Amino acid sequence: MSDHGGLHPAQPFPAAAREQVVKAQLRANLRKVTTTIRAKRANVVEELPHWEQLRTLGAATKDASLVNLSDRLLQLEQSVRARGGYVHWARDAKEARDLVARIAQAHGVDELIKVKSITSDEIELNKALEERGIHAVETDLAELIVQLSNDRPSHILVPAIHRNRAEIQALFNAELPGEGALSDNPAELAGAARRYLRHKFLTTKMAVSGVNFAVAETGTVCVVESEGNGRMCLTLPEVLVSIMGIEKVLEKVEDISVFMELLPRSSTAERMNPYNSFWTGVTPGDGPQEFHLILLDNGRTNVLADEFGRQTLRCIRCSACLNVCPVYERAGGHAYGSVYPGPIGAILTPQLLGMHDKNANTLPGASSLCGACYDVCPVKINIPQVLIYLRTEANLQKGLTAEALAMKGLKFMMSEGWRFEGALKLARVGQGPLVRGDAIPSLPGMLGGWTQSRDLRPFPKEGFRDWWKGRSQGTGPADVNAAPPETVQKAEDGPIPPQKKEGGQFDAEPPREDTL
Amino acid sequence: MHIDLFLTCVNDALFPATGQATVRLLERLGHTVGFNPAQTCCGQMHLNTGYRDDALDLVRKFVRDFKDSEVVVMPSGSCAAMVRELYAEAARWAGDDELLKDVEDLAPRVFELSEFLVNKLGVTDVGAYYPHRVTYHPTCHAMRALRVGDAPLQLLRNVRGMTLVELEGANECCGFGGTFAVKNPDVSAAMLTDKARHIIDTGAEACTAGDNSCLLHIGGGLHRLRSGARTVHLAEILASTEQEVFI
Repeated sequence: MSDHGGLHPAQPFPAAAREQVVKAQLRANLRKVTTTIRAKRANVVEELPHWEQLRTLGAATKDASLVNLSDRLLQLEQSVRARGGYVHWARDAKEARDLVARIAQAHGVDELIKVKSITSDEIELNKALEERGIHAVETDLAELIVQLSNDRPSHILVPAIHRNRAEIQALFNAELPGEGALSDNPAELAGAARRYLRHKFLTTKMAVSGVNFAVAETGTVCVVESEGNGRMCLTLPEVLVSIMGIEKVLEKVEDISVFMELLPRSSTAERMNPYNSFWTGVTPGDGPQEFHLILLDNGRTNVLADEFGRQTLRCIRCSACLNVCPVYERAGGHAYGSVYPGPIGAILTPQLLGMHDKNANTLPGASSLCGACYDVCPVKINIPQVLIYLRTEANLQKGLTAEALAMKGLKFMMSEGWRFEGALKLARVGQGPLVRGDAIPSLPGMLGGWTQSRDLRPFPKEGFRDWWKGRSQGTGPADVNAAPPETVQKAEDGPIPPQKKEGGQFDAEPPREDTL
Repeated sequence: MHIDLFLTCVNDALFPATGQATVRLLERLGHTVGFNPAQTCCGQMHLNTGYRDDALDLVRKFVRDFKDSEVVVMPSGSCAAMVRELYAEAARWAGDDELLKDVEDLAPRVFELSEFLVNKLGVTDVGAYYPHRVTYHPTCHAMRALRVGDAPLQLLRNVRGMTLVELEGANECCGFGGTFAVKNPDVSAAMLTDKARHIIDTGAEACTAGDNSCLLHIGGGLHRLRSGARTVHLAEILASTEQEVFI
């Protein structure tokens, strides 16, 4: 296990996506679920006439907290301690999982229950505990399915989005003791999981949760969920450990209200979450009698330090961006190789790991920049812009590649109008060997990806500029910007330098043989 | 009005007919059109692929070429979105305040063709005639960055002789995404396959859009599939008249 935990992709995105995109069942499952959630989300969002203002408020509230993050966190630490809780600071994944293991060992537990938490996946907690002889039981139904099948979550909200009913039937029949032969009826499968989990809730001494929001002023911690398993974990055990990314802190209790509108509608397409649990320190005789809050950095302060990438930390993990992303819909969560998949993962993972990580830094390229993610983001993270920003940051790490040189060449060609025009004339001649009929069916080298599934149209015989020059010789309307006639007459001889207008509007430079 | 045309490098290289159609259309509506031959590329490919410094050279060039224009119109949603949405960001990332000022001055005068006609000039019927069955693909940048809304559809609904058919999953990206199509060819192809299937299902002779880069991608897929359906830029439909159908 690395110090960064479950963030590091094992291979670059294009290679990982190639393996996933061919899985027909996966594609069908993903399409069905994302299409359904997408439509439901759009409906419940449309109900709120002030949705745009809410988004703006959500973004501003998170930003206000991030700007003063260190103060907020110190305040949170003080508030939690004042209410009888313990606060621990973890610089990375390793420190966080060691903390949880130490607490578990101090209480002599060999099994604990867990509320669905991506932060705990981020630090690879289950694996770390297992190595120390402590078994962590996932209590969210989908997380349980993923855990029992030794799989990885494929979606932030719907971790088992990639599995179908028949697979779950086979899994439960093999893994859930004493249930007999289960049919593929969803209610029967859920019933079996419920019986298994109920026993765990009532017999396990320690629980681990993530955190949706924490309030600095009061020390209150909040988890929202849909199944009630979270409420069980947060109230029944004697010891509770909650792990939060440091960006989850808010200043005041009132701040939570705006996210209680934004989060459920964006994530589960519900008006309100079925279970919203809040707790503050410990209350004698009620709920866990020992409470630990672990504040996890694991790269977050690096993100915070970047003026342009910082907005990523507004994320409230609603997963709306996954459900609208055409790339996620085809490639699935595993292609991203990190516990954070989809558009938000494509900007969060490489920033947490640092742009030098050569697999993670391919993630900002995992987008066609269609912008659907930004439209649905409840806290207005401009994901397309951050993707573009990070692509440059990644390229700066890679140095002078063949691609970088090609781009420099293209830029040089496009730095002057006459140079570009000359290059196009050359291309019209040079493309000859590639053209088959009315198309180019195969391109060499770096451009081969294009002709893998598409034909390319050839360069046309006559360019726009030739047409424009032809008509500006007197037939067309008055044209202030057309090249003077003496230039047009030379057109057949080769590229034409633009004529410098009065006032120096155009850059004029004579064409040089060696630049073409 | 005097309108300066920004042709875009993709059109300059591969789609001269779109530029010609844009000029004819704007002139038919009573405007004069200028073409500054110094123009090349807006720099979108460089910026979006992660070459900010190279892109900034092209951004500065665009600003230099068009800073005196009354309006700049381009038959491309993505290039217009680049200028209007990303030029300012690029200047901020580079910490170039002077460029940022110039960009903020120029950007409001830059328009994609359909939004210029409908939202700026208030024209929805350009007197076009196009006797074909056509389906419309709204391109991502026009739809989400520029918010052109149904401007292209308002124009298309007034084209005489044309049957406009609805496209399933119209709002979904075609999978082009500039260099995304080359760097992530498998995912891009999966997106394209769905788009092409929806287009073929409409039974349309042609798929139109306001951006030839998307159409280059979609058309390349339709051609590879030997589907018989073709692509045509919105400007070419709008420029067509009973006297002269463009394609």
